[in-house]
Amino acid sequence: MSSKQYHVVPGPEGLLPPAAACCGVVLPEKGEGLVEGVIRTEGDTLEVMARQLLTRQNPTIFPGPLVLWAWREGVQEKATSVLELAREIPGVRIIPMPDYRPIYPKIDPEAVINPCHPNLTISHNKIEVCVFVGVHCHFANITLKMIRAGTNCYTITLCHDAGHEDSMASLPFADANQVRALTEAVRRLKREGLRPRYADTLGIQLTGAQETLSQGLSWQPAPVTR
Amino acid sequence: MDNTAKQRVVTPDYLLFEAPRTKAFITGSEAASEAVRRANVDIAIAYPITPQSETMQRVGDLYAEGYIKDYYRAEDEVGAFSAISGASRTGVRCMTASSGPGLMRGLETIASWPGHRLPLVFLIMCRVINAPLSIQPDNLELDYMLTSGNILLHGENQQDFFDYTLAGFAISEKCEVTLPVAVAVDGFFVTHARGWVEMPSAELKLPPRDCYSEAVPMIDNENPPVRIARDAPIQKSNFISYQMHAAWQQEIHAAHERSRKWVTRYIGGLIEVVNPDAETMIVASGSAVSQSREALRQAEEMGQRVGLIKVKSLRPFPTTELRAACRHAKRIIIPEFNCIGWLNREVRATLYGHSQAVIADGPRVYGGITMPTELILEWLNPRE
Repeated sequence: MSSKQYHVVPGPEGLLPPAAACCGVVLPEKGEGLVEGVIRTEGDTLEVMARQLLTRQNPTIFPGPLVLWAWREGVQEKATSVLELAREIPGVRIIPMPDYRPIYPKIDPEAVINPCHPNLTISHNKIEVCVFVGVHCHFANITLKMIRAGTNCYTITLCHDAGHEDSMASLPFADANQVRALTEAVRRLKREGLRPRYADTLGIQLTGAQETLSQGLSWQPAPVTR
Repeated sequence: MDNTAKQRVVTPDYLLFEAPRTKAFITGSEAASEAVRRANVDIAIAYPITPQSETMQRVGDLYAEGYIKDYYRAEDEVGAFSAISGASRTGVRCMTASSGPGLMRGLETIASWPGHRLPLVFLIMCRVINAPLSIQPDNLELDYMLTSGNILLHGENQQDFFDYTLAGFAISEKCEVTLPVAVAVDGFFVTHARGWVEMPSAELKLPPRDCYSEAVPMIDNENPPVRIARDAPIQKSNFISYQMHAAWQQEIHAAHERSRKWVTRYIGGLIEVVNPDAETMIVASGSAVSQSREALRQAEEMGQRVGLIKVKSLRPFPTTELRAACRHAKRIIIPEFNCIGWLNREVRATLYGHSQAVIADGPRVYGGITMPTELILEWLNPRE
């Protein structure tokens, strides 16, 4: 363990960067966040996330199985909050990580991101900022390590549990309320005058594969019943 | 009988630290099974081997009494440890146990548990592993466990065996950990000898495993992604698969780092230090700690001040704690119950560049020999 503060910043870090947890980076507690390896308040963390999402190239949300299927109470509400977040980020795309199985002989990087070779999706779509939400922690962690090793993508995690040391900005124990708080942080920055990188782009952008499949996004979330 | 339904669920913190305790004079095997009684275990799978058999026989009694939901004897250790892998993947709380040659037979499976992120508790009652055949206590097998990826706690006595076993479930199932926890004690010295053990009421038990709040999905055909398809052949040959495997291994090490917080919380620190200001320090784990405590007392009677560092957790290893505790030391001895001296090797690697102390290459006993306190005293004061 190094005595120096280890910073988790966008890569490419090289062939095999160390796990941040093995370099002294510790997970935040509830009510805190982690920004580039340093514990910050939840509010500070949300602001950093919002700023990165509005200003970096090709912002993309990667929803995982925990929000893609309504497998238990509360998931539908959280998934809806993710879509609300997406609508506030001009130029955003949504590429799912539906499961963790290897996809051979090759993945379609415009259709999915896969933990076996996540950097293919990042590089193909030139994604420089992304949000992981609803991905099981083990697969999020190995994905984050590989992205940091081989790409310059700024990784954000809205973790349902303890958070992720290897993402550049991480919020632990994030439910729909935390996702909405991030949405509000995005709105606040725009109100304060931050011009989004893709300010002239309307709505959620489809990848080529998604356009081919759907000829446009027609699905809307069902109303949430509380 | 369904006694588990009559038990009250309490938090791990309450069960371990707050609940009133009563003392009992019991063997280590009894202490382990009493921990299992309070652990809300769903399934235990056993294969007999001395000195582990008595504990798992008693766990079988717990099944008969309705404290655990399922129990069976596997066909051998490979079968037992493979079955436990399957049980853990389905999201239930599970435990098994073994000793010496049995552990070695199942080692391939044991080493696969961490990579599959399987929460479970594995009790190890150490025994000679090398020929000629012997059932005597000797903890050489822990050398193999050190690189297996399992969290590894080493109990000194019957009380530790009780407490560490209960703590093991709580540590193992934390989302950011999601790893198997092995709890080892030295066979016979702990398992078949009696000692005072303070235990909370048997009317209390841990909360059930929350398998939906762990680092990997478990097998659940109702909820995607079904885990049976999770660990497909990532090693199919291309560069990225190698990278994924490397990142996967890093993640296991990272999970060990994250476990430090919970190991510290639930077993009261990775080390215990007695006489921290002494210039001569004994570093020991397991039963060697008890012998060292007595040697330390005898040394004090002779006017010599000696310190003792009890290493409770071998994985994660108490790197920072050990360096701090040995910073002032001038001489360190490391009593062990094995011929290799794996703790000696760990301590040397940890203190290299961080201590000026002379680190003695012993003392060690093995093959079932006990460790006389006179031997420790001789090593404390070597003849010039």
